[in-house]
Amino acid sequence: MSKLIASAAIRGSHHIYNKTYRMLLETIRDKGEDYVFEFPDTAYYLPMIYAITGRAARTLKDMKDVLDENKGLLHEAPSEHLWKPYLGECLDAGMLTLFAEEIYMALRYIQGLEPAVDPETGYVYNGFITDTIQRYLGIQLVDGTMPGFVAVIGAAPDDDTAVRIIRELQEKNILIFLSSHVNGNSVTKQLMRKGIELGWDTRIVPVGPDTEHTIYPLNWSIRASTIFGGYKGGDFKRNLKYTKDRVFAFALVLGELDDMKWANGAGAINMGYPAICDTDVPVIHPTGVTIYEEVDKEFDHSKIVQKAIEVRGLKIIVEKPPIPVAYGPAFEGERIRKEDTFIEFGGQRTPAFELVRTRELNEVEDGKVLIVGDNWQELYEKGGQMPLGIVIDVAGRKMQKDFESIIERKIHHNTNEGQGIWHMGQRDVNWVRISNAAKQAGFTLEHIGLIHTTMTRKRFHAIVDKAQVTIYTNEADVLRIRQEARTAYNERDQRLGSLTDESVETFYSCLLCQSFAPSHVCVISPERLGLCGAYNWLDGKAAYELDPTGGNQPIQKGESLDTKYGRYSGVDEYLKKASGGAVETLNLYTIMENPMTSCGCFECIVAIIPEANGVMVVQRGHTGMTPIGMKFSTLAGTVGGGAQTPGFMGIGVNFINSKKFLTGDGGIKRIAWMTKSLKERVGDLFKQRALEAGVPDLLDKIADETICEDSEKLLEYLSSIGHPVLEMDPII
Amino acid sequence: MNKIIKMADPIAEKLAEWAAENSCETIFDRAARMKPCPIGMEGACCRMCHMGPCRLVGRNEEKLKGICGADIDVVVARNFLRMVSGGTAAHSDHARDLVFTLLSVARGETKDFQIRDKRKLLSVAMAMGINHPVIAELLSDNRATEGDYDPAPWEVARVTEKEILEIAELVALKHLEQFGQQTGELIYLKRAPKGTYDRWEKYNLKPRGVDREITEAMHRTTMGVDQDVNSLMEHVLRVGLVDGWGGCLVASDISDILFGIAEPVRSKGNLAVLKDNEVNIIIHGHEPALANVIVDIHTDPEIVAYAKSKGAQGINLAGMCCTANEILVRRGVPSAGSFLEQELAIMTGIVDAMVVDVQCIQPAVIDASKRFHTKVVTTSYKAHLTGAVHIEFDEHEARDVAVRVVKLAIDNYANRTGKGMSISDLGSDLKAAAPENAVVGFSREYFSYMQGGTFRRSFRPLNDAIMAGRVRGTAGVAACHHPGTVGASMQRYLIQELVKNDFFVVVAGCAGHAAVQMGYATPETAFIHSGPGMREVCEATGMPPVMHIGACVDTARVLMIRTLMATTGGLSPEMSGMPSIAFAPEWWSEKALAIGTYFVASGSTVIFGGESPVKASKQVTDIIENKWQNTVGAAFFFEPDPEKMLQKGIEWVDMRREQLGLPKYQPGRFKKERKLMDMADRRAIDKAKAHIGI
Repeated sequence: MSKLIASAAIRGSHHIYNKTYRMLLETIRDKGEDYVFEFPDTAYYLPMIYAITGRAARTLKDMKDVLDENKGLLHEAPSEHLWKPYLGECLDAGMLTLFAEEIYMALRYIQGLEPAVDPETGYVYNGFITDTIQRYLGIQLVDGTMPGFVAVIGAAPDDDTAVRIIRELQEKNILIFLSSHVNGNSVTKQLMRKGIELGWDTRIVPVGPDTEHTIYPLNWSIRASTIFGGYKGGDFKRNLKYTKDRVFAFALVLGELDDMKWANGAGAINMGYPAICDTDVPVIHPTGVTIYEEVDKEFDHSKIVQKAIEVRGLKIIVEKPPIPVAYGPAFEGERIRKEDTFIEFGGQRTPAFELVRTRELNEVEDGKVLIVGDNWQELYEKGGQMPLGIVIDVAGRKMQKDFESIIERKIHHNTNEGQGIWHMGQRDVNWVRISNAAKQAGFTLEHIGLIHTTMTRKRFHAIVDKAQVTIYTNEADVLRIRQEARTAYNERDQRLGSLTDESVETFYSCLLCQSFAPSHVCVISPERLGLCGAYNWLDGKAAYELDPTGGNQPIQKGESLDTKYGRYSGVDEYLKKASGGAVETLNLYTIMENPMTSCGCFECIVAIIPEANGVMVVQRGHTGMTPIGMKFSTLAGTVGGGAQTPGFMGIGVNFINSKKFLTGDGGIKRIAWMTKSLKERVGDLFKQRALEAGVPDLLDKIADETICEDSEKLLEYLSSIGHPVLEMDPII
Repeated sequence: MNKIIKMADPIAEKLAEWAAENSCETIFDRAARMKPCPIGMEGACCRMCHMGPCRLVGRNEEKLKGICGADIDVVVARNFLRMVSGGTAAHSDHARDLVFTLLSVARGETKDFQIRDKRKLLSVAMAMGINHPVIAELLSDNRATEGDYDPAPWEVARVTEKEILEIAELVALKHLEQFGQQTGELIYLKRAPKGTYDRWEKYNLKPRGVDREITEAMHRTTMGVDQDVNSLMEHVLRVGLVDGWGGCLVASDISDILFGIAEPVRSKGNLAVLKDNEVNIIIHGHEPALANVIVDIHTDPEIVAYAKSKGAQGINLAGMCCTANEILVRRGVPSAGSFLEQELAIMTGIVDAMVVDVQCIQPAVIDASKRFHTKVVTTSYKAHLTGAVHIEFDEHEARDVAVRVVKLAIDNYANRTGKGMSISDLGSDLKAAAPENAVVGFSREYFSYMQGGTFRRSFRPLNDAIMAGRVRGTAGVAACHHPGTVGASMQRYLIQELVKNDFFVVVAGCAGHAAVQMGYATPETAFIHSGPGMREVCEATGMPPVMHIGACVDTARVLMIRTLMATTGGLSPEMSGMPSIAFAPEWWSEKALAIGTYFVASGSTVIFGGESPVKASKQVTDIIENKWQNTVGAAFFFEPDPEKMLQKGIEWVDMRREQLGLPKYQPGRFKKERKLMDMADRRAIDKAKAHIGI
């Protein structure tokens, strides 16, 4: 019965609380109570403690205060007879366990014990999960390619079962965190023994060897609420409602449970995350704290994943082509090393290309895969290298030429999602590898075609009625048709170049993020792509055709109310409605007045540097300081959550090269500082824009982190090099 | 010969038998002698003036008129309004005294009381919108309140003592203002769900001020004023709302602030709690103030030493009636019993003092005490009793008063005569009943906490359980203990059947004593007697299937429980739509009618036992049973047959379930629609209906 769970969780909370307290006092003795600690790359201090209590714990003294202030969450375990109610007390114990574990891990970081290292294999666990990962995964969290998370706790009964469970989770696109152990054995070790690739690329992330490490995925997931939800630290009701309603996480507990596992389970239940165990545990079926069952059990390992998904209330649509290897976004990040490669195509080794063409309905035979090449089967069987031309012919009543590039961009994902199939690049600089393992599983060239016929139809079902694939393997054919392809690429680029905000009547909204950031609305115009960098105007247009009631809606831009700042009557009307009144008006081309809001998964942040009369641009993942005295992670904390913050704005990288970049504020000449990596990425096109702006050497005049990381030095540099920003009108 | 059982509790029954054998008269003897007046019982006797009194009996209804011409409907309605007003006066006056105590604390005029529950003070101040910077900050948008206004522990800790006292003074003054307020509306009305509030507004039922509505009721009912049955019955609802939202809820809130909110405690209840070798003090009546100070001081080493110097081993406190409930649910002090056990307690011969304040004190205790050594001590300036010792309570010197009372009891210990049926005369099986036998003390705050802890507290799990059919509905059993009923059998029967039928049951007042004595206030009960759904719920939370929420004034906690059920969503947006029912099977007090009326006026149907006090008027009966359903959405039923009461209650709840579109209740079959969410569903979460469990 649940009294057992409550008793165990309450005992666990006492254990971790006392252990942490002792360790904290020792650390204070060593370092002094003013010693400052930060987890790597987060703007949220000790994120769980911050989200729940609002306390920004920075020093050891702060941590001690947290433990002291929350001592009231320690309760007595229920008595044998005439017990008092225990559920509230059990959940308190769970939350206190998370607070204590967070401090415990901070102390381990201070002592250099984190991220944990496996003493036998030297494997380095992930440790604390950064804000950047959250933002980086942003679009995948909202577009359904990463619909849920699981914390797999403990160890499966044997290595093969561990692999089967993990593969099933991967195929269902679920992000996997591993922690804890059963008598020293753990799923992490089981997978390592089986040679399974671990890490973010394969979506299998071992965070640490002990149960206490489970805090990492938990204090990572609560940040979804502060980052995307925009809820404040201390607003524990909204933060926990957010995780319950919007973060589809759950625990799979394999093997026996002890007090600490139950205590973590009770912590997770506070967040709305249920636990499914493979042992004979007491179940808690009444609902309300979690949406469905709180604790359930399933002894059959072939059913446990499905059961867990249902208990969490998660709908997973798996689209899989008929191929002999596993398939799903989890396999996208998998690498295939040279020695594991059976055969490869393109990549400067052989000629290759990929092209999507629009055809009439009667010209396409749906599902057909045609392979054109001499002895192609024989050559394939030999392995090594081969030329490869992939032509996807599509037809459909609603198909438009503009959509070709969208469909073509998906070739990368279509291919990469196959286990043992790898893809890089695009158009005529593509590169494909097939691994030995995939070959052994029976993967052939034909399957490449099948992947594209199936997935193109599935992904673009409303546009593409028929899809047919032709694969060319003769070098002469590939070279010949590559010419045709290059003409098509050129035409497309010219068409895209001619698309301006003035030349269209319709912009598109992107509300995909509203599953995570309920009040944020992206407005995507031809010259301003979404801030996540993943959706441009054409994507929006195609997505609307695909699903007219979906996350991308047309916005009739209406009358231009302010040409300089880019304000349109239709956009304002739409925004008022779609943001639920949170945003009244928007200027597309300025950062200073009613700028675009952000969900939280922006690629870059633009922020003004008042002293420099200009702006700086920093991309996510940059961990260094910036001239305005804030790191990216801190800066990001002020921009997300669907609020307009004049002077700060999230953008996609490619917007920097748009002719509309901050035109209201003076355009790219305003950029005083930009990270080196961004300077490299914007490259030649930026130089072109600089030329148009009359400052051909602008890119060199823009400071970066190798030149300065503070505003004083920045000003010195700008004046020494004669940056045009100093001559411009005041930005404020 | 069939024996008539007076008390279901075996110890009380033994005492009742002993009393009969030893010619000690008790309430049971008087009840047997004094048959109720059949005219007055139905509400047909008019004593509003001295032209009569007029008794409106006879077959020819048209001719049923008083001397002035008042017809039976007007007579019945006026009588009913006066009873409800009497009860309302009692509860609101109780609240007023507590508010004065709070004011004294806030102004530093007494050291004997403190603000024990700062969180409750802040929460009440937030609900009242008290004008203070701390409250403004707590109410700002930084934090969701979701209608419960409970600040987090660290938010409470940040408020200074000075600020607490400032806020306490503002709260007390605001509440005092409510009593004498002449226009506007009671401040607490806005705490109700909007749908419920809107009905009050629509039908012009909002009380303006506490005293004004009660005074007006007396005026309306005096000869020659309000002589329209509909107009009179409308005022019944208005006065009822005063009782709930201006009296009981205020009393409950202020008691929580001064003495702490109720949280589950283990305790025991029946006459076996009295101890042979200790000074037994019974605290009887309704107000918690002096009682709490006596609890504070009775373990004081000096006092204990004094008791020992008089030959006693210690001091044993026991509550009785609703004071018992006050100190039982907040302090865990054992309860000796209900209203019906006051004389029986004295007949043990070992009660050294019975300290009383107001309400439900039978004058008969004086007669009983005369045969033994017991001193009856009255403590309220407004409740004197001939033959009692009077030591007047004053909140400014509460401790001194308490010390005098306790010392008087200690001094009286030596005077025990050996008469009476002492506890040592009970058989060993009955003495075994003395260990702790109940888990009691459930406040609105603890209910929320019980369902999700500090951080996820809510009523979501209860609403979910009702929607899924684990819980059929919520039910309250409250009010008095009637001498005419065999051994609390109606209360016991209803509690037992409701538990069996998967109801979430709360008890208060003397019904609370019944639940404790019958052993249903234990968590183990769920595994023996509960239906399959409640058993799962009890197992998940650890709660007993019957939850004791306190004294009869604390019945008002149900108002807030239902409000939170409404605001939580998934059931009805207003109180009247809930699958809920309340019973007062053994009522006799005017206070019970007042409580029943505020329940109905707030949308909660009640079923009272016994004969209807409005039976003589078909029109009044039609108003309370039917017409009120159209205005306030609830009905007031009187039903003497306990089986029919149960049936009617269950039918009412099932009807509400059906109206809400909930699955038909089937024991052991729980249906929760499992909606698996894809990304589009998630984007629509804010627009989604609450019934998918969000």
